[in-house]
Amino acid sequence: MRRQIAVWGPPVDLAQSPEEEEFRARLREWLAKVLPTLPPRPSPDDWPGRRAYDLGWQRTLYDAGYAGLHWPVDAGGQGATPTQHLIFLEETERAGAPYVGANFVGLLHAGPTIAAEGTPEQRARWLPPVLRGEEVWCQGFSEPDAGSDLASLRTRACRDGDDYVVTGSKIWTSHAEVADWCELLVRTDQRAPRHRGITWLALPMDAPGVTVRPLRTLAGSAEFAEVFLDEVRVPATHRVGEENDGWRVTMVTLSFERGTAFVGEVVACRRVLGELARTARENGRWDDPALRRRLGRLNAEFRALWRLTQWNVSEAEAGGGVPGVGGSVFKLRYSQARQRLYDAAADVLGPDCLDLDRPWTLDRLSSLSYTIAAGTSQIQRNIVAERILGLPKGR
Amino acid sequence: MRFRLTEDQRALREGVRQLLARRFGREALRAAVAAPGLDRALWRELGAAGFFALRLPEADGGVGLGLPETVLAFEEAGRVLLPGPLVATHLAAASVPGAATGETVVAAADGRLVEWLTEADVVRGEVAGAVPLRSVDPLTPLHRTAAAGPTDPVAVLLTAAEQLGTATRVCELAVQHARTREQFGQPIGAFQAVKHLCAEMLVRAETARAAVYAAAVTAQPADIATARLLADEAAQLGTRDCLQVHGGMGFTWESEVHLHLKRSWVRAQRGGANTESEELLAADLVG
Repeated sequence: MRRQIAVWGPPVDLAQSPEEEEFRARLREWLAKVLPTLPPRPSPDDWPGRRAYDLGWQRTLYDAGYAGLHWPVDAGGQGATPTQHLIFLEETERAGAPYVGANFVGLLHAGPTIAAEGTPEQRARWLPPVLRGEEVWCQGFSEPDAGSDLASLRTRACRDGDDYVVTGSKIWTSHAEVADWCELLVRTDQRAPRHRGITWLALPMDAPGVTVRPLRTLAGSAEFAEVFLDEVRVPATHRVGEENDGWRVTMVTLSFERGTAFVGEVVACRRVLGELARTARENGRWDDPALRRRLGRLNAEFRALWRLTQWNVSEAEAGGGVPGVGGSVFKLRYSQARQRLYDAAADVLGPDCLDLDRPWTLDRLSSLSYTIAAGTSQIQRNIVAERILGLPKGR
Repeated sequence: MRFRLTEDQRALREGVRQLLARRFGREALRAAVAAPGLDRALWRELGAAGFFALRLPEADGGVGLGLPETVLAFEEAGRVLLPGPLVATHLAAASVPGAATGETVVAAADGRLVEWLTEADVVRGEVAGAVPLRSVDPLTPLHRTAAAGPTDPVAVLLTAAEQLGTATRVCELAVQHARTREQFGQPIGAFQAVKHLCAEMLVRAETARAAVYAAAVTAQPADIATARLLADEAAQLGTRDCLQVHGGMGFTWESEVHLHLKRSWVRAQRGGANTESEELLAADLVG
């Protein structure tokens, strides 16, 4: 050991650099100033109100120079480092700032896809309204018969003059009722191998032939919808990337969704865990050593998940800013931990865990989607096993 | 923020890995099981390489490194199931003459157990009246002490590092086996039931890695307790899943899987009961 190593580099540094600390301080100061001026949050059922609120927050971010923090500068973003993005998500969550909400698809998937694969005209048309909080995007990927097996999607698009004519249906589309645009995957070649017959289109949601039917979740609210497409005409100029190259176009940026989407949530879970412990102290459950230790173990779990986030962000920073497959490892562990957190909350609350007026009751129900949405845990395990561990593909 | 290994740290890890591959490879492991006992020559070689003196200042003849580097070295030791009171001797480097160089083998009471009591030259802690156990781990002789002694947080962290090494190694062993063992005309690793066992092993090991490396940087009690809980879990569940993936072969004495399993059980007893770590982390929530 002594012999092999002559000079030692800088040690691992979990503290932030002076520039990063300054970024954090400036952000904190701005949040303290701006958050008290926000309008009251709309009710969860008020979709137009939610759209206006989420877009308003995005506009506020834009005016302060925080819009598209992680987007490249030439796409109108701030070109921030992954660490700065991490600080942004951490601080906005701590301060109780609004979530990305209706801006999620535009900022985290459709936008980065257009930035990476779109023509100059397409970037100029679609990116600024996302950053300025003027347009909402939704995602038309999953279909009733194409869930985990997304590449089997069947919504068809046939070329007719300067248009594509699209017929089919999409499902689990969040914010469909209030979206202006839908990033849509369609099949343009029936005979090609399934991954090679797919095309990426920007669908205007007000086009004739688009019908949106809200779906009620088990939590009682309509958080997503089915979208029916009946001979909808989409101009060919709305195609991003080449015809039949849509699978690759989509996958280039899909890791954005998995890489940083949960940073704020881990911060939120750690806050909830603290509230749980305080509630348990007040109602006497804290005297039960089994419950106390369960909360202690959850503390370990979320502390470790926070460290794993920092690790993944550091790796992304060193590897050119694109989050890697480490996101699958994180998502598997996090989605399970979140469910265990709210199961523990039920144990703290006792009979009150059945009261829908307790926020943790709805949060417990919502947590059940985490092992399904954005790739089920089973699919994530396949990804980890095949792409990281190199195990053979099979059935 | 920078939370990844430096080039030098990677080089250190590689250096330790090569040294251990040369001196304590699979054949040596088998030989050690057949004829248990402390290999004094290997111990001195570890001392000469700086293993026990990693955190001693250079002015005192040490390597002058910190906990992050030490954790990497112990992770490597854990990977190959290096036998002996490694943690106790490392912790004695500054205070017991000869420990740093590997001339003196130091054992220490930890909780209600002492590892390698009769083979050690120096024993630290209260061990009067210690009674030998018929140790479950063929490579770790054990004594039970009359009273529970205090535990050193650094010992807990270095044990977590060893557990991490085991968790990583058994994931590799399981994957190797799953890729080569064929049933129903294909490698068993092509079956999702097997694939998912392996994926969970990796998820546990990588989450533990983030916790262990972070605790090595901060040395905070809550971070060390986190590292301990996650690494114990990754090692103990990982060895069990590795055994499962190996099927009947995993249940044999000949396979090395049981050695990892048993060592992970021995290490999980160090640093007090894991309920103490859970209580520490519970108190942290309301502190």
